Parts: sequence; structure tokens; C-alpha cells
Amino acid sequence: MSLTALRVVGGRVAAVVPVAFGVTLLVFLLNAAALGDPARAAMGQRGDPEVIARIRRDYALDRPLVAQYGAWMARLARGDLGHSYHQQRAVTEIILERAPATLRLALAATLVSVLVGVMMGALAARRPGSLVDHVIMATAVLGISTPVFWLGMMLSLVFAVTLGWLPVSGYGGGDWQHLVLPAVTLGALHTGSVARMTRGSLLEVTRQDYMTAARAKGLAEPVLLIKHALRNAAIPVVTVIGIGLADLLVGAPLTETVFAWPGLGRLLVAAVGQRDLPVVMGAVLVFALVYVVANLLVDLAYLLIDPRTRAR
Amino acid sequence: MFAPVLVRHDPLEIASGGGMTLERPTAAHPFGTDALGRDLLARVLWAGRVSLAIGVGVEVLVALLGCVIGLVAGYYGGALDSVLMRTTDVVMAFPSLVLAIGLIAVFERPGLDKVVIVLVALGWTTIARVVRGAALSLRERDYVQAARALGADNRTIIVRHVLPNALGPLLVAATLGIGSNMIAEAGLSFLGLGAQSPTLSWGAMLADGQTFLSSAPWVAVFPGVALLLAVLGINLLGDGLRDLLDPRFHD
Repeated sequence: MSLTALRVVGGRVAAVVPVAFGVTLLVFLLNAAALGDPARAAMGQRGDPEVIARIRRDYALDRPLVAQYGAWMARLARGDLGHSYHQQRAVTEIILERAPATLRLALAATLVSVLVGVMMGALAARRPGSLVDHVIMATAVLGISTPVFWLGMMLSLVFAVTLGWLPVSGYGGGDWQHLVLPAVTLGALHTGSVARMTRGSLLEVTRQDYMTAARAKGLAEPVLLIKHALRNAAIPVVTVIGIGLADLLVGAPLTETVFAWPGLGRLLVAAVGQRDLPVVMGAVLVFALVYVVANLLVDLAYLLIDPRTRAR
Repeated sequence: MFAPVLVRHDPLEIASGGGMTLERPTAAHPFGTDALGRDLLARVLWAGRVSLAIGVGVEVLVALLGCVIGLVAGYYGGALDSVLMRTTDVVMAFPSLVLAIGLIAVFERPGLDKVVIVLVALGWTTIARVVRGAALSLRERDYVQAARALGADNRTIIVRHVLPNALGPLLVAATLGIGSNMIAEAGLSFLGLGAQSPTLSWGAMLADGQTFLSSAPWVAVFPGVALLLAVLGINLLGDGLRDLLDPRFHD
């Protein structure tokens, strides 16, 4: 990698640092606002003095807000997110236990949205204005407007309850049958955007001179489509995948709730219900930091694919 | 909106007699009844009023807040601009629903009023960016400079010259925002973090629907279709407005 490329990468990474700090500050303030009176926060009904004392110590509640933030950040740097009120365990431990399920679901959903989305987009772009094109694009718009949790329920109704092809919910010890419906549900939201973007950028690419040249060379249409068009159309598609990360993380709590998927999203929702603040704030923080880092990675991937962005 | 005229059944009225609960769709109850024997058509329509009111109400507040922040940031610039835009960066660095759930957790108990507060507190960033961008580019235009030369004060310039010209993109962003507000409200209510019974909400109805998915699927189907159609309509309206107002989006 050349020096300029390194500088560009370094610049992107450096730009993320203040945002990441801002994220921790905001979560800390939320936590402080929610804590209010620690006695109330620690279980409400029967405040165990020992627990209250620990919270007081953990969050340095007797000291000014800035000092509290410092103490909180110092603990965060050690990977300490506090103790769950509900489970009497370290929050970090609970989150690490739940993270793999969410990661698996997110990867599977991305795979679904990219595969199906690119196929739909390519199919629609073959004959713009045709019936196939219209049907595919209408499906894409419908997919974007459908509430993800309702789609999950409907898929579950058809494929699990009525047809009995797939399990209704649960993790099933990690087999693929349990993964299909949640992955399709979570991926669907984004499939539409990928399809639209693929179609648009393919149409743009096929108008270029090099496509005409390749066609004149006598290349078969599928070869043309895959070798020349899809590769050049990949740049905006990568951007859309990046934007799709937000959809994935927003959809995770909903999809996991619908399918009783034991991931971070459901952990977050359950913790709000139990008023288990350390777990809530820990999960929110992890979601946000993952989002920030993933966005950075997409940004860097962009530099890799498109040489033009490196110059800037 | 027209729910009171359209249906005879009280959405909260619980049917007398045990045989009426989870009834299949019939002529008397076109959408069937729920677990407490309440007419689903009436509930779907009344919940639509709630959903639309939240969607529009939140967006009006969001637009006001976003406009003020965006105008101040874009027109005055400087340190204030930096602080406001860094704040926007941070709020946007969160997956929206996750931060909304975290904010809901700050309150002692959930409710629709909290949903409104949370959605407004998190929603202003998009509009603020749109308005700021417009204000930035308009600030240097000749006619704004001319107005300033004529001795108009900042407030007059903002209200009379900058704001009207930022109106197009603002309108598009706000329309699309209504749809996402409605989805967010439904999502939070579905998770049990929004509307609490007896407040009607499509999201809360869908949570009921999930409980009875295998025995009474219609409880889950109809509120979802209603939500989908409402959001689809609003999104199409937003797309149409964009095509109409922004020549760059013409094919």
C-alpha cells in the first residue's frame, strides 16, 4: 500500500474516533439520567444495601458528572460494563454469550439480501420497462415498506405454522432450519434497496462505451453481464450494503423477538422490560460501536474497490 | 381518520358471551374478533388514527426542531455549527431503534407519550442536515446578499429568504419521515415499549397477533396490512413529491 493510501485510510480511521467518543458520552448520559436514584434503580422494590453500595462505588455517584464519566470510561476500557441487576453476572459476560447468535443472523441476512437483491436487480435490468422489471421493482418497493416484524410473522405463518416446512421459532442448537426464516425476514428489508441499486447501476453501466465494445467483440450476454457489468456495478452496491447495516441492526431486536432468537436484540428488549439498566446500556453501546466500526470497514472496502476514491 | 363514521362497533367493547372471542372473519365482524372478543375492523381503524397522529405529530415537532437547529447551524456557521453537526453525527452513529429502546429505558414506565418524546429527540437529525445544507448554499446567494445590503436583519433574512427556498427538500424529508415514525412507533409498541393497553396501536395489536398466530392468524394479518398500506402510501407520496420538487431526480 502506498503512502498516500495509508494516509487516506488513517484519515478515515481518525475521523471515527470523535464519533466513537460521542457515542460513549451519550450512552453514559443516558445511564446517568436513568440511574437517578441508585436505590430505586437497583431493583426498585427491595433495595439491598450491599447492591446499592456497589452501584454507588461502580458509578462513582458521589462525585461530579465529569469524574463519573472518567470512572465509567476507565472501566469500559477494561471491558467492564458493570453487573446485571437481574442475573447477578457481569454484563460483558452476558453480551459475549449472546453476540454469536446475532452475528450469525446478521451474516445470513446480509447473504440473503445481497444474493436475492443482486439477482432481482440483474433480472430487472435485462429488459428495462418490461413486465418482469415492473413486477420486480414493485416487489422491491413493497419490501422496503413492509414492517420487518410483521413480515416475520407472516413468513412464520405460511412456512412454519401452515406448511410446517420450517420451525416456528428458537435457535435449535444452531441448525440451519431455524436460521432460514429469521435471516430471510431480517434480509428482506434490505433486499429491495439492493435490487433497486443493482438495477440502476447496471443500467448505467450498460450504456458505457466499453460495454458496446465488448458486445461488438462477440461476447455472450451472460459473460458480458458477469464479467463487465456486474463488476463495475459493484461499487454502488457495496455502498448500499453499508447502508444496509443500519437496517440489520434496527431489525435485529424486532426479528429476534418474533423468532425467539437468543441474540443481543432480544437481550436488549428483555432488559428494558426488567429495568436491568447495566444490560440495557451495555447492549446499546455494543450495537452502536459495532455500527460505527462496520461503517468504517465499508468505507475502507470502498477505497479498495474503487481506485478513484483513493486519490481524494 | 374516518373511523367513527365507518364502524358501529366500539373498539374497546368486549363482546358478551364466551363464544365470540377469536371469531373468524364474518359479515358482522369482517376482520374477525380478538382474544377478548373485540371487533378487529374497529380496532384496526381506530388504531390507524393513533398511528397517523403519532406519525404526523412527531414529524411536525421534528421538522420544527430540525429547522431551527439546521438554520442556526447553517446560517451562522462557526463553532456553533461544529458543535451541532458533531451532535448530529453522534446521534446518527446509533442504529435508530436501538437508541430509541435505550431512551425508553430511561423512563420509569413505557407509554405512547414517551414514544413521542423519544422519536422527536432522535428524529431531528435528518431534517437538520437537509436544512443546514440549504442554508449554507443559500447564505452566499446574491439575493440574500442583496437583502443583507438593504439592511435586513438576520431573522428577516432567514424567515423570508432562506426558509422558503429550503422548503422543497424539507417537505420531501418530512413526508418520508412520517412513514418511518409510524413504523418506529409500531415496532416499539410491538416490543411492549410503546402504547400500553387500552391505548390502541397497530404494533401492540400485532404483539397480540403473534400470541395467537397459529389459532387465529387474522388477528396478526389485518393490522399489519393496514400498517403496510399506510406506510407504502406515504412513501409513494414522498417519492412523488421528490420527483416533482427536485429536477435532479428526474430519469
